[in-house]
Amino acid sequence: MNAGIVLTIAALTIKESARRKVLRALALLTVVLLGLSAWGFSMMITIEFDGGVMTTGEAKLVASQMLNLVMFGLSLIAALGTAFLAGPTLAGEIESGIALAVLARPVHRWAVLLGKWLGLVVFGSGFVVVAGLAQFLIVRFIVGYWPPHPVTGLALLAAQTTVLLTLGLLLSTAVSPMASGIMAVGLFGATWIAGVVGGVGLALGNEGVARIGTVSQILLPTDGLWRGAMNAFQDPIVLARFGGPALEGGFPFLSNAPLTPAYLTWTAVWVVLVLGLAALSFRRRDL
Amino acid sequence: MIDDTATRLLTELPPASAAWGSGLRKRYRRRVAVDGVSLAVGRGEVVGLLGPNGAGKTTVIKMLLGLVRPDAGEVLLLGRPARDPQARARVGYLPELFRYQPWLTAAEVLDLHVRLAGVIVPDRDRRECLATVGLADRAGDRVGGFSKGMQQRLGLAVALVARPELIVLDEPTSALDPIGRADVRDLLLSLKARQVAVLLNSHLIGEVERVCDRAVILDKGRVAASGTLTELLGGRELRLRLDGVTPEAEVRLAAAGRVRRTGEAYTVELPAQQDPATVPDLVADLVVLGVRVHAVEPGRVTLEERLLDIVRADQAEESR
Repeated sequence: MNAGIVLTIAALTIKESARRKVLRALALLTVVLLGLSAWGFSMMITIEFDGGVMTTGEAKLVASQMLNLVMFGLSLIAALGTAFLAGPTLAGEIESGIALAVLARPVHRWAVLLGKWLGLVVFGSGFVVVAGLAQFLIVRFIVGYWPPHPVTGLALLAAQTTVLLTLGLLLSTAVSPMASGIMAVGLFGATWIAGVVGGVGLALGNEGVARIGTVSQILLPTDGLWRGAMNAFQDPIVLARFGGPALEGGFPFLSNAPLTPAYLTWTAVWVVLVLGLAALSFRRRDL
Repeated sequence: MIDDTATRLLTELPPASAAWGSGLRKRYRRRVAVDGVSLAVGRGEVVGLLGPNGAGKTTVIKMLLGLVRPDAGEVLLLGRPARDPQARARVGYLPELFRYQPWLTAAEVLDLHVRLAGVIVPDRDRRECLATVGLADRAGDRVGGFSKGMQQRLGLAVALVARPELIVLDEPTSALDPIGRADVRDLLLSLKARQVAVLLNSHLIGEVERVCDRAVILDKGRVAASGTLTELLGGRELRLRLDGVTPEAEVRLAAAGRVRRTGEAYTVELPAQQDPATVPDLVADLVVLGVRVHAVEPGRVTLEERLLDIVRADQAEESR
């Protein structure tokens, strides 16, 4: 019975994303980003720098960074999209009264919450996979570069989206729809910046500054997952040949190490904890 | 363990009410919204919930349905403790704030609610349900394009669709035109005929008076009065226009019932169970006592007057 409710609500959430203009807006943004990146990559290999075109090695390194840059754009679209979906889907329904009729049915509130979460995870991950794959194909077609671990990378990006939308759901059980979206995206941005600051600290050998990145990556695993995804997208050999200390952490669109199993486990625990908190907060909520 | 036993004992109680709440209390920050309300809706009974704005009617309804957590008190729905969601399996609800997923069609909204209720309702019955509320030709249209009145009609269909044994309607006619209101009245009467219990919160007292078996009047979060309509309304009254009323005639009037006087107009409250001869006897006696009788008009205390009496008495007491 409960599984049925979870699946019903998940299907409803996916239908909502598809029927509201979110999907169209996301598709449009993605097409624009992919188009721009295709144009950028084709310019990169034909334009002359200092009297000569790039060598294959140079082109690969630049492609590696460019790919990460574009994937960052995609992950940003996915994060913004799902965070702004997660807010209205719960807080908005409470505010408008849609939740009253649904929750007066013989359903557990946690089942409704889990259904919404599942629907959003499917939607967000589906977007990341489709858009990411399209981007890989574009880069492959133009520069001939294929990331070393595409599946791991995309899975980590999907995990990043999941982390953010889980946070969005937790916030939306407590605050208004708009505020929950803005807070989730704000925290996402802050963690990314903290990650960059931490990277700079690492490059400069300043432990105190480096710790900022580590702590923020534990509090909200989005940035850590993003760095893991970048590591899966970039070419390690090319990076080793060209990489100096500046590339090892200091530069925000290259990452020097894959994620540890401990970090991935922590991420899973984090998602379960936050979802549990959301269920608790939703259960106590007066409608 | 004790809890389990208590639950089992409660479920095994023979004449389980459709809805039963006892000692319900709810406080929002410093304001007490509901203060020790107890009420019951019997199986197949139509009960009206009345009271001024802010009396706590909607909060009581939401506590019965598990949408608001009571600070204290117990709720049973169809014989089951309300903290078990399954207690709501046979309950239909039209909220005061009715909104349905605007991206779904009317038929899809019904499908969703049938699935959530976990009952099997054939397609034909679902369409019939939409037809009952006058939305048969809008089944395939998105709810986003519906007017308020149509959304409220859809809400009624949602409340009706999953074969409920108890229906809770919170202001079901607030967005409806006079025809819609008449439709709802007919619907309530047909539910009553089918032995479906109804808890009806409505500002339209005439509506309540016409369809309800019993009424509960709330004021400032408390039950101010409750009972069958006959109990609540008491008896009938007799309005008279008289002159030349002597002290003897006044004694005779008072013997018939409590008398209120405004100038020449006298109102005598008659007991509920009255002798058919009371009125003609009174008039005859008054004439004998030399009173000139200009008009005699039998009347009934309306529920509206009763409600106003209760609420005003409460206000007067408070200002004292």
